[in-house]
Amino acid sequence: MAVISIERMGLLSVFCVCLFFNSAFAVDRGNFKTCDQSSFCKRQRVLKPGQSPYRALLETLELSDSRLTLQLINDNNKVHLLLELYRLQGNMTRVKINELKPLKPRFEVPDVLIAEPPTEPLSVLSKDDNGIVLSLGAESQRLIVSARPFRLDIMEGPEVLLSLNSRGLLAFEHLHLRKDTQAQSDGAEVKESVDGDQQQDEGEKDEDGQSDKEEDGLWEETFKSHTDTKPNGPTSISLDFSLPGVEHVYGIPEHADDLKLKTTDGGDPYRLYNLDVFQYELYNPMALYGSIPVMLAHNTQRTMGIFWLNAAETWVDISSNTAGKTVFGKMLDFVQGSSEKPQTDIRWISESGIIDVFIMLGPKPSDVFSQYASLTGTQSFPPLASLGYHQCRWNYNDQEDVKSVDQGFDQHDIPYDFIWLDIEHADGKRYFTWDPHKFSQPKEMLQGLMDKRRKMVAIVDPHIKVDSGYKIHSEITSKDFYVKNKDGRNYEGWCWPGNSGYPDFTIPEMRAWWASMFAYDQYEGSMENLFTWNDMNEPSVFNGPEVTMHKDALHGKWEHREIHNIYGLYVQMATAEGQIQRSGGVERPFVLTRAFFAGSQRFGAVWTGDNAAEWGHLKISIPMCLSLGLVGVSFCGADIGGFFKNPSTELLVRWYQTGAYQPFFRAHAHLDTTRREPWLFGPENTALIREVIRQRYALLPYWYQLFFQAYRTGMPVMRPLWVDYPKDTATFTIDDEFLIGSDLLVHPVTEEGSRGVTAYLPGAGEVWYDVHTFQKHNGAQNLYIPVTLSSIPVFQRGGSIIPRKDRVRRSSACMENDPYTLYVALSPKKFAEGKLYIDDGHSFNYDAKKEFIHRSLTFANNALTSSNLCPDCNFLTSSWIEKVIILGASKPSKVVLKMDGKETPVDFEFDSSMSVLTLRKPGMNAGDDWTLLLQ
Amino acid sequence: MTCVHLLLTLVFAVSLGTPVEIQGPRGVPLTSIQFYVENKPFTCLDGSRTIPFDRVNDDYCDCKDGSDEPGTAACPNGSFHCTNAGYRTMFIPSSRINDGICDCCDTTDEYNSGAKCENTCKELGRKEREVLQKMTEITKEGFLLKQHLIEEAKKGHQEKQIKVTDMQENKKQLDEKVEVLRTVKETAEQPEKEAKERHLKAWEGECSCLYSESKQGYISLSPHRWLVQLPSEAFYRYVTEKYSCTSYVSSSCSLFPYANPTVLWFTAAQKARDDFEEAEKALREMDDQIRNIEKELSFDFGPDAEFTYLYSQCYELTTGEYIYRLCPFNRVSQKPKYGGSETNLGTWGSWSGPENNKYLLMKYEHGTGCWQGPNRSTTVKLTCGKETVVTSTSEPSRCEYLMEFTTPAVCQEPANTDLSPHDHVEL
Repeated sequence: MAVISIERMGLLSVFCVCLFFNSAFAVDRGNFKTCDQSSFCKRQRVLKPGQSPYRALLETLELSDSRLTLQLINDNNKVHLLLELYRLQGNMTRVKINELKPLKPRFEVPDVLIAEPPTEPLSVLSKDDNGIVLSLGAESQRLIVSARPFRLDIMEGPEVLLSLNSRGLLAFEHLHLRKDTQAQSDGAEVKESVDGDQQQDEGEKDEDGQSDKEEDGLWEETFKSHTDTKPNGPTSISLDFSLPGVEHVYGIPEHADDLKLKTTDGGDPYRLYNLDVFQYELYNPMALYGSIPVMLAHNTQRTMGIFWLNAAETWVDISSNTAGKTVFGKMLDFVQGSSEKPQTDIRWISESGIIDVFIMLGPKPSDVFSQYASLTGTQSFPPLASLGYHQCRWNYNDQEDVKSVDQGFDQHDIPYDFIWLDIEHADGKRYFTWDPHKFSQPKEMLQGLMDKRRKMVAIVDPHIKVDSGYKIHSEITSKDFYVKNKDGRNYEGWCWPGNSGYPDFTIPEMRAWWASMFAYDQYEGSMENLFTWNDMNEPSVFNGPEVTMHKDALHGKWEHREIHNIYGLYVQMATAEGQIQRSGGVERPFVLTRAFFAGSQRFGAVWTGDNAAEWGHLKISIPMCLSLGLVGVSFCGADIGGFFKNPSTELLVRWYQTGAYQPFFRAHAHLDTTRREPWLFGPENTALIREVIRQRYALLPYWYQLFFQAYRTGMPVMRPLWVDYPKDTATFTIDDEFLIGSDLLVHPVTEEGSRGVTAYLPGAGEVWYDVHTFQKHNGAQNLYIPVTLSSIPVFQRGGSIIPRKDRVRRSSACMENDPYTLYVALSPKKFAEGKLYIDDGHSFNYDAKKEFIHRSLTFANNALTSSNLCPDCNFLTSSWIEKVIILGASKPSKVVLKMDGKETPVDFEFDSSMSVLTLRKPGMNAGDDWTLLLQ
Repeated sequence: MTCVHLLLTLVFAVSLGTPVEIQGPRGVPLTSIQFYVENKPFTCLDGSRTIPFDRVNDDYCDCKDGSDEPGTAACPNGSFHCTNAGYRTMFIPSSRINDGICDCCDTTDEYNSGAKCENTCKELGRKEREVLQKMTEITKEGFLLKQHLIEEAKKGHQEKQIKVTDMQENKKQLDEKVEVLRTVKETAEQPEKEAKERHLKAWEGECSCLYSESKQGYISLSPHRWLVQLPSEAFYRYVTEKYSCTSYVSSSCSLFPYANPTVLWFTAAQKARDDFEEAEKALREMDDQIRNIEKELSFDFGPDAEFTYLYSQCYELTTGEYIYRLCPFNRVSQKPKYGGSETNLGTWGSWSGPENNKYLLMKYEHGTGCWQGPNRSTTVKLTCGKETVVTSTSEPSRCEYLMEFTTPAVCQEPANTDLSPHDHVEL
């Protein structure tokens, strides 16, 4: 939850109250910086495209097997930079630019890459005074380094795929000593601060000629009474990228905005700076809780990615030469054949660190996903139960309350897997403890849940109450693990418990210690069915600048400025590690985080923070999770019902319908809202919610299999249509519907009082089946679907096989041994395929011991066959195949099961009106080889 | 592959003390057993289709209504019957069969899941009987108390009605008295008024002497009474403008002492006024009393006025942090245990129980507002008890409180039943 419940924050000073109080329901924009208020962004943005002052010194070229280095010089100030180029395995190029001889080392982000990326040999194809041509491998891909001015172009054949510094916006504020203020009297406009400023006069390039004016925010910057001392002075960096032929770019979450990124001309750039934004606003580029500096570029020919590995405050500008052109204008261009090629230009600006960019060249969307996964890892494979339904509220008041909510689910026959406890469960917001009155017997409570095969999540935030009687605080203090302020004393800020310290999660020893706190004998009252939620880990500091930590706070020798965006990742990393360790490395963790960075996918789930009970927030949950999925984070969800305010019944029902088809499925509500457990809105609405939660549970085998795939390959679970239909331009901007895997298309109803939605069914020559009615529809059409309150339009792709468990029980664990029903949706060519994945659902044995079943299911030539995708795997299941439903079938005269060389007849029914063939109880074990023949 | 066929279900008719075996498919209640005839085709209970008997409980759902799988989890809408000999029979959703969780106390729902269930029916039955017995006792005693309450309420009601009648009679007399005294007063005031007017005219004529630091005497300036409230400068300005006075007059100028006959008139008038006012006050008090009693009489104190005794009483419950206070038909409040001001959790709204008995819930509304939230409100749930006590409070939603309250007034007449165990076995 975000800052503020004034009533509950008796300790918080009036000062804080004033800071956050807001009568209208909207973000108080004044609390957060615009580009103009962030001095480096303002300085950098003053630079306009033009001739770059940087020149490549070709004579300094050094080429080892896989690494090319080259010096660059800024002709304005003669500062040398070092360019490093790597050709990485899997069609990627890494470009690093740092100062050749920085005054002191500049920060490079650790712990994001899963390993030093393996390289491939680079070879020089040609070289002259103007530049060098390097080979990027087989596909006639070349990297051209131009010397004067410096630029990089990546080409394939005659086509330029991507250019760097083609607009001359490479800028590197080199570290230098402060030249004190005598220069202020000059009166001359001081523009030198950005080294790349090509407008600067050659004559005064000398560093001694520089002056550092206070008002430029070079050595100090003040925002709303907070002064950022900048002992290192200006350190920002910037680089531009041009993407010829690209009109659609995506990614760089987290923003409450459309899937397709907008141009930022005339407004603020997209901002990446992890912030606890109270009551965030929709459709703007303001920073939110997490940051993943990865952008995808897509056109019908190719998908590419740019990964800007920098954890400091970052702004991203996007412009396009076709933006603003009408469709007619574009058509006219096309007809006349005279148009300029569409192009998108990107510019990244970071406050500090170095330029370290990974260019992922695709060419297919799936290639980009696996390229990015090879760098930062894939989605952690979650415990099966965590894909079920989560019931959360700030707060379930006490153990009695937990028990009665748990019973409520059984009384109303609604499944759920996890019940959650927010901050009020702890003793005075001292995490790892329990309120002695309200939660005096946590193990009794957890055992009660375990008896129902259910689980619990309790919140553990990273702010630690300053209280000498609190074990966590005193241990962190004695181990000297707290973040320090600029003066070297422990940094303290206000958060839920009042005055709090912030553990320095960048220290590996601190993370190891934190992890050890989750051991059952350390975390009193915890049991194996207790999992964790890390909130407020941006970090949120109520009385800090922009509600976060001061940038001049210290993590060892590094300023918070350098590591800000990765703090939250470390918190989740250490927490997940703790959960793994407490089970001796056997059990999979489940940790939800609000703040995140590139690589966070390896540690658990993410939600979209403190949204509101408004239709717009329901709608935005789709592009927000789609954007996260594109950059590695598949396990995404939004608070169902909306965190702030009370949803109307209609909104709540629609939100359940939408959330049931999004990866992380959790209802959550603010302390000040009225109760909204699913059965509190009358029997009809209870039935609607029950129905859609059941649909979720029936589909758990499919979700689980998709998460296994995401874990293995980096393919997003919830994806935009264009990922699977990359040549269909109609899909490129769709973000009111989405795919789950390749085989389910969902168009949630997100408008109040809706009587119908228009869904785009992609794929010329393909068919889609309504999963509720089995009605068949053709692909490549906009389909109008009349809806009632019970409707959630979902379609299964013709050509797919989806395993379901239609016997929905009260939790996913209860369904463990239940039989499968296979939904075989035939393509027009009477073909279908799918996969089935089974393991124990909770341990690492799938990895450590290959204890899983992975089967390919194929329907072709009137035969449905299950074959083993992992012959050396070893897992036994008691689940069996109870039913096969074939959509788009014709009536066979006979159906035979072939197994172990024997043939047995199988009963079937055929519904000729819908062309649905149902095979009755074929009965084979889900792990067996078998064939069902339709004769 | 699990394949479960017909199983014999043993039902112990505890009341007879001897086991009686009744055959039937698993999960079928005795009342429906006639529809499941072994080796004869089975027709789904909704009549939708007929299937061979070997498809009953074969772990595949054939009937839309789930009736072919009473003993397996195959049908999404099926239900399973547990006999629970010694306790009460129960239907559970068939999704709870073999899910690893013991739902039926006779363990019959977990026959193939590996769950280790123990038969707890006897224990449960015993406990339930104990509870029931206790409840019955409470209800019995509570109901007796309730009769007293009703009696008292009736008595009280009558008394009050008589009292009101008496009071109304008294009130009439008072009314008359007040009228008489009013006349006396007005008569006595006439000479006083004239004297005052004379005096005032004289005073106005000499307005230049008006201003006085001394407030003495201003009170008799009844038409200008408000002037006294003004600061002296403003008062002076007003008077000099209004009465065309021209000069500031020193404080020594004091005109106010009345002449002697005037003072006498004043004294007489004052006494008449005092008498009148006293009588009028008595009348008002009488009115208030009558109104209060009428208000009380107008409350809905239940079908037999059994809740009357709660009126103008308060009941407290102290929890870890707060003292909660329920004053029925008036208000609910909360006060921090260790100092701090009281918060209004709602004032009497209405009875809000279910249609068949609205007297089971009280609703108190429009309490102190919550920050960014609704006004506080409290629902009071009434249960039968010998004592009148607040037993618990909670805040299920923010600022919506729930209070549990026991009172004999809701105790129902105990059904004259014998609570021996065989009453709980379905036959």
